[in-house]
Amino acid sequence: MRIAVLSGKGGTGKTLVSVNLAAAAKASTYIDCDVEEPNGHLFFKPEGVQVEEISVKIPKVDHELCNGCRKCVEFCSFNALAYIKNKLIVFDDVCHSCGGCILVCPESALTEKAKVIGKIKKGVSGEVAVWTGVLNTGEATGIPIIKKLLNADNPQGDQLIFIDCPPGSACIVMESIKDADYCVLVAEPTLFAVHNLRMVYELVKLFNKPFGVVLNKCLDEENPAEKFCFENNIMILCRIPFDNELGTLNSNAEIAVNKDKKYRDMFSSLLKTVLREVQHETTTNP
Amino acid sequence: MKQLLILSGKGGTGKTTIASAFIKLADAKAYADCDVDAPNLHLITGWSVEPEKTDYYGLPKAEINQELCTQCNQCRQNCRFDAISIDEKYKVDPFACEGCGVCEYVCPVEAITMKPAVAGELMLYSDEEKVFSTAQLKMGSGTSGMLVTEVKKQMKAVAVDAELAIIDGSPGIGCPVIASLSGVDMVLIVAEPSISGISDMERIINTAAKFGTKTAVCINKYDTNIENTEKIEEFCKKQGLPFIGRIPFDSNAVKAINNGQTIVDIDCTSGVAVKEVYHNTMNLLFEKGGG
Repeated sequence: MRIAVLSGKGGTGKTLVSVNLAAAAKASTYIDCDVEEPNGHLFFKPEGVQVEEISVKIPKVDHELCNGCRKCVEFCSFNALAYIKNKLIVFDDVCHSCGGCILVCPESALTEKAKVIGKIKKGVSGEVAVWTGVLNTGEATGIPIIKKLLNADNPQGDQLIFIDCPPGSACIVMESIKDADYCVLVAEPTLFAVHNLRMVYELVKLFNKPFGVVLNKCLDEENPAEKFCFENNIMILCRIPFDNELGTLNSNAEIAVNKDKKYRDMFSSLLKTVLREVQHETTTNP
Repeated sequence: MKQLLILSGKGGTGKTTIASAFIKLADAKAYADCDVDAPNLHLITGWSVEPEKTDYYGLPKAEINQELCTQCNQCRQNCRFDAISIDEKYKVDPFACEGCGVCEYVCPVEAITMKPAVAGELMLYSDEEKVFSTAQLKMGSGTSGMLVTEVKKQMKAVAVDAELAIIDGSPGIGCPVIASLSGVDMVLIVAEPSISGISDMERIINTAAKFGTKTAVCINKYDTNIENTEKIEEFCKKQGLPFIGRIPFDSNAVKAINNGQTIVDIDCTSGVAVKEVYHNTMNLLFEKGGG
């Protein structure tokens, strides 16, 4: 069972929620798909970490064979190739690895080579398996890392998987929630957060994902995110109050669930609600 | 035109809050929101006029003509993005299609054409005095870097005489951030004093360094974790990065934003602190021999 945690706006508490849900579930897998800025591992401090490099294929030119016909340059939709001063140049960073240039080259002057763009780290923290995707700095897209994280030899059956998604609602988020059974949207009580909540709300609806909202950093004042949920008839899974103690634990990368019973109770109850919702969804919309 | 870009690595550290305060303090004639994936700056910059809207076309999407398709499977075999599936017929998943054109090329019966596709919307607010360029990427869309480039181009085309441009960036270190970095004179990093925030800050600093962009750091909500604040200042000192100010946590900031105001529109502690960060930033941005 895969539960994705997302938010649109950054900094609303995706990592707080997904890390603590995984810790409350005990035997579970936590997958950090925020490959540009992965943070879950800072909380879990996993042990026995195994590292796998992730690479993409980029074209390699045999300058002896290249006759300068420029067919590859014309074909490339991403402007990743240029023929300058009688030499074919590949711009690795903008190449999308579509393989088109290799197909169109009449001289077979192009082959592919692997280029490392990041890594996947798998370790264990207590009963939680902690998987982290890390994009190397300067690289444009972490999508191949996310694909690998979510597709390769995943835990089977009823094992709980929590997916910590990147912010936004672009391709990288879509890839992260594609196979999720349930989506948890995290929102804070600001105008900005509501605007971005609306976007991920539309995204999960577009992909027909069952979902609910966690309201984080709740104050006594009027909560625009809560209002949005009421207006759109969205299930509120839990309200996490604005709490300096929780904030400090979180800013020190401590797992609140493991530090204090009141937080263990809060996230266990959230977990129960989420599982009940997933169960409900699978029986009504199998 | 000197271009200042505000970045953070981690989301939610206060980029837009600080960008909007800077725009107010500078009475900026040109500014842009490059967080095309989750734009928010338009919510507090107080424009009452409607923006000029333009469709943004990303790369085209493949379309299969079922009458011509012989189901030879060439397209599916050659697609690197798993965008083609068989479900009685061959189908293109428009969300997975990146528009490379490989399927069109390999199709032996010319059943596939690449069709233009709208990937977002550019918006340009302008009056006699100032210009604000922003955009909204279509959900699930991929070409955010190209749209960021368009947002900046649109701003520069109109605000030719502006001395200063303030650009609000996106979180992360990937393609939209890399696109926003190109051509800017300085990056201001808004850090947050958490272990996560420090890790993210280091990654965005490394990314900016690859482009050789001048970088300074400030800390927002510094008093939520003094120990981590000191770690960040120590880090900046070691790296030789200018550290240009601390902004306190301020519940009035949330109130201002929720009222559509900037933190310098009201009397509050974060507003006072951001003024000093602003002056230090301007000194660095316009210093002689710099940039």
